[in-house]
Amino acid sequence: MTAIHSPAQRVWWKQPLDRVEGTWIVIAFVWCLVMFFMMPYWHIYGKQNLSNEAYRTTPEAYVAKTQAMVDKYTVRTATEQNIPVVHPVPGSDVYLIARLWNFWPILELEEGQTYKLHIMSTDWLHGFSLQPENINVQIHPGYEHVMTITPTKEGTYSIICNEYCGINHHTMASKLYVVKPKKS
Amino acid sequence: MAVNRNFRTCPSTGLVYHEPAEKLIRWNAVAGVVSLLVGGVLALLVTLTRWPAVKLLPPDWFYLALTAHGLDMLVFWIIFFEIAVLYFAASTLLKCRLATPKVAWAAFWLMIVGALMNNFAVFKGDSSVMFTSYVPMGAHPLFYLGLILFAVGALIAVFVFFGTLVVGKAEKTYNGSVPLVTFGAITAAIIATFTIAAGAIILIPTFLWSVGLVSHIDSLMYRTVWWGFGHSSQQINVAAHVSVWYAIAAIVFGAKPMSEKVSRMAFVLYILFLQLASAHHLLADPGLTSNWKIFNTSYAMYLAVLASMVHGLTVPGAIEVAQREKGFNKGFFEWLRKAPWGNPCFSGMFISLVGFGFLGGISGVMMGTEQLNLIIHNTIYVPGHFHATVVVGTTLAFMALTYFLIPTLFRRELMFPGMAKWQPYVYGLGMCAFSVFMMGAGTLGVPRRHWDMAFSGAILPHEFPGTAYLMMGIMAVSGIAAVVGGAMYLLITVGSVFFGRKIETPGFKRVPVREGMAPPPAPVAVAPAGHGAIGLGGFVAPGTFVLAMIFLVSFVLYYFVNWKYLSTVWPMN
Amino acid sequence: MSQDPAQAAPADDDVGDEPVPMMQQLCDNPFLLLFLGVAMPTVLYIVWGVMEIVGIPISK
Repeated sequence: MTAIHSPAQRVWWKQPLDRVEGTWIVIAFVWCLVMFFMMPYWHIYGKQNLSNEAYRTTPEAYVAKTQAMVDKYTVRTATEQNIPVVHPVPGSDVYLIARLWNFWPILELEEGQTYKLHIMSTDWLHGFSLQPENINVQIHPGYEHVMTITPTKEGTYSIICNEYCGINHHTMASKLYVVKPKKS
Repeated sequence: MAVNRNFRTCPSTGLVYHEPAEKLIRWNAVAGVVSLLVGGVLALLVTLTRWPAVKLLPPDWFYLALTAHGLDMLVFWIIFFEIAVLYFAASTLLKCRLATPKVAWAAFWLMIVGALMNNFAVFKGDSSVMFTSYVPMGAHPLFYLGLILFAVGALIAVFVFFGTLVVGKAEKTYNGSVPLVTFGAITAAIIATFTIAAGAIILIPTFLWSVGLVSHIDSLMYRTVWWGFGHSSQQINVAAHVSVWYAIAAIVFGAKPMSEKVSRMAFVLYILFLQLASAHHLLADPGLTSNWKIFNTSYAMYLAVLASMVHGLTVPGAIEVAQREKGFNKGFFEWLRKAPWGNPCFSGMFISLVGFGFLGGISGVMMGTEQLNLIIHNTIYVPGHFHATVVVGTTLAFMALTYFLIPTLFRRELMFPGMAKWQPYVYGLGMCAFSVFMMGAGTLGVPRRHWDMAFSGAILPHEFPGTAYLMMGIMAVSGIAAVVGGAMYLLITVGSVFFGRKIETPGFKRVPVREGMAPPPAPVAVAPAGHGAIGLGGFVAPGTFVLAMIFLVSFVLYYFVNWKYLSTVWPMN
Repeated sequence: MSQDPAQAAPADDDVGDEPVPMMQQLCDNPFLLLFLGVAMPTVLYIVWGVMEIVGIPISK
C-alpha cells in the first residue's frame, strides 16, 4: 500500500530493511555522532568558543563601571560627537555599552594581547557584529556578558549592530582599533 | 443534533471527501493563498529595498513591510495551509467524518480574526517589531492579541484533527495503522501543540505588558521561550512538507514507502527531538551554558538530522523502486530521467526535496553548531537558510500539492497548464539562487533586517567589500524571479479555482454513510516481504543511494570548510 | 491508487494473531506520542533553559 493508504500488513514492524536503507542509516548516524562530538572537541582543543560568563546587572551599575574605565584610559576623542577612544592596559576588563543607536566608547586594543570584553545594552536588544572578522554576539539589556578576546592583527575594525533595534538601526556602527603593542 | 455523514468519492483519484471537511479544507487553503498573495507583494518590496542599487522603500516602510512579510508568510500562509493538510490527512485519508465541523469553523474564524487584527496592527505603523517582536521593543497590544487569537484558533483546529483520529478509530473507518502520510500529519500536529503552548506562555504576558498590566518582561527569558514557538512553528512545516513529499510520491507514482518502520521511526525522532533545535537561536546569547546549548542545538546528538537524512533517502528511494518496478530499471538513473518532469506536482516536490536537503538542511546544521554560529548569527546567512527550508522546502511542496488538489478537491480543471509546467522551476530555482546569494553575503558579514548596508547617516559607517554588494544585487534579481514564479502560482490557482472549467461527474451525489467508510476489518494476511528483483548489486534503489552519498560528501566538506574558517578568526573564550 | 486493501485471502492464520510489537503499538498511539512530544522539549528545552537563566549570578 502507498503512503496514503494504511499499511497492508497488520504487523509492518517486521518487514525486513532493504540494504540501501540500512546502510544509509548507519552512515548517517556515524556522521551525526561526528558532528555532535565536534562541539565538545572544539571546547577543549579549539580557540573560538563563546564564553558562558554572564551576570545580571542594572544599566546604572554597568554605565558606572564603563565610565570608570573611560576616565582611566581615554587617550583621545573621535568624531564631532567627541566619543572617547580608550586604550586599556592588556589583560584588563574592557566595557562596551550598546544603546540606541550607538556603541560607547571606542576601543583601541593591542595586537596579540588578551582582554576581558564586557558587553551589555542599556535599552533594547542589540547585536555585536565585528567586521570584517564576522564575529557575532547577541547583546541583552540587563545581562553583562564577559568574554576574553585576543585581536590577532592590527587594523581598523567595525562593530555594527545586527539585531534590529528600530528606525535608525542602520546608523548604529562604531570602530574598534587594533594597534601594535607599545614597546616598553 | 444530526451528524453530517455525507461523503463523495472523487472519480479520478478514488479519494473520499466528507462534505463539511471538504469545505473546511477548501476555505483554509484559500485563506492560506490569500496570505501568500499579501506576503508575496511585501516580498517584492523587501527584496527591492535590500537591492543596494534600488533601495525602494524608506526605512520605516521597509521595517513595516518586513514585519508583515514575515508574519503573513511564516505564520498565516503556512499554518492555514497546514490546517487544510491536517484535515485532509485525517478525514480524507482515513475515510472518516471530520469530528465537530462547527468547532472547526469556529477555529477558522478565530484564525481569520487573529490574522486580520495582527496585520491591522502592523499596517497601522506602530508595530514594526519584526516576526520575533523581541521585548523590550514594544508593539501595539492588538499585534500580540491577534497572534494569540490566531494561535488559539490553530490549537482548536489541531484538536479537531486529533478528534477525527479518535472518530476514525471508534467507527473503524480504517484497518490497522493509519497511513504514513497521516502519521506525518500527526507528527506535525504534535509539534504544533508544543509550539502553540510555548507561544501562549510568552505572548500572553507580553500582551499584558503591552497594556501595562505587567511591568517587565526579561529579554533573555523572552527569547528563550519565544523561540520554542518561533522555531518549532517551522518544525511543523518540516513534518508537514515531508508528509506532502510522501503523499506526492504515492499520488504520482503509486510509490510504496520502502519500509513503514524506517519512515515512521524517523517521524518519531522528529516528535521527540526536532523541537529542541529552538536553541539554534540562542547560541550567541549570554548566560545559557554550553551544556544546554550543545544538547539542545544538536537535537540530542543530531537525532532529528538523522531523521531528515532518512526521509531524504526514503522518499526518492520509494519513487525509484516504483519506477524500476514499472520497467525503468536500467543503470543508475533511468528512473529519474524518465520521471514526469513536466508534471508540476512532481517537479515541485522534487525541487523542494533537493533544495531543502542541500541548501536548507546543510546550512541549518552549520548555524546550529554552537561555535560555527559565531560567524553566522544574525547575518543575512540566516534568512538565506530559512528561505531554503521554509520556501523551497515547505512552500514549494505545498504549491506542488495544490496542482493535485485543484482537480480533486475543487473539481476544476487547471488553467494555464503550460505555465503550470514551468512554475516550479521559475519559483524553485529562483528561490534557490536567492538563498545561496543571501548566504554568500552573510559570510561576508552583511546583517539581516537592515535597511542600508552602506550605513547612510552613520557617524562611523562600515564599508562592506564590493563582493557583498554584488551578492546582494544578484540575490535581489533572483528574488524577483521567485516573485514572478509566485505570481504564476497565484494566477494559476486563483484562476482555476474561480474560473477554471468545472469537472462534471455524471450522476454525482454525496452518499450518506452510517458508520464510516471502510469495509469491515478483515485480518489482512500479507506476509512481510522485501522488494522484488530490481536495482543493482543488492540495492533496490542504487540511484538514490548515489544521490545520498553526493549529499553526504557535500555536507562533510562544507562542514569542515566552516570550521577551518572559524579557526582563523580572533581567539575568544 | 484505488487498490482494494482486502484483496489478499482473509485467512485467520498465525499472521493475524501475531502480537503487535511494542514499538508499533507506540506508533499507533497518537496520544502517547503527543505526551512525549510535548514533554520532551518542555523539560529539556524550556524548563532547563529557564532554570539556567534564573541561575545567572548578580554582578559584583
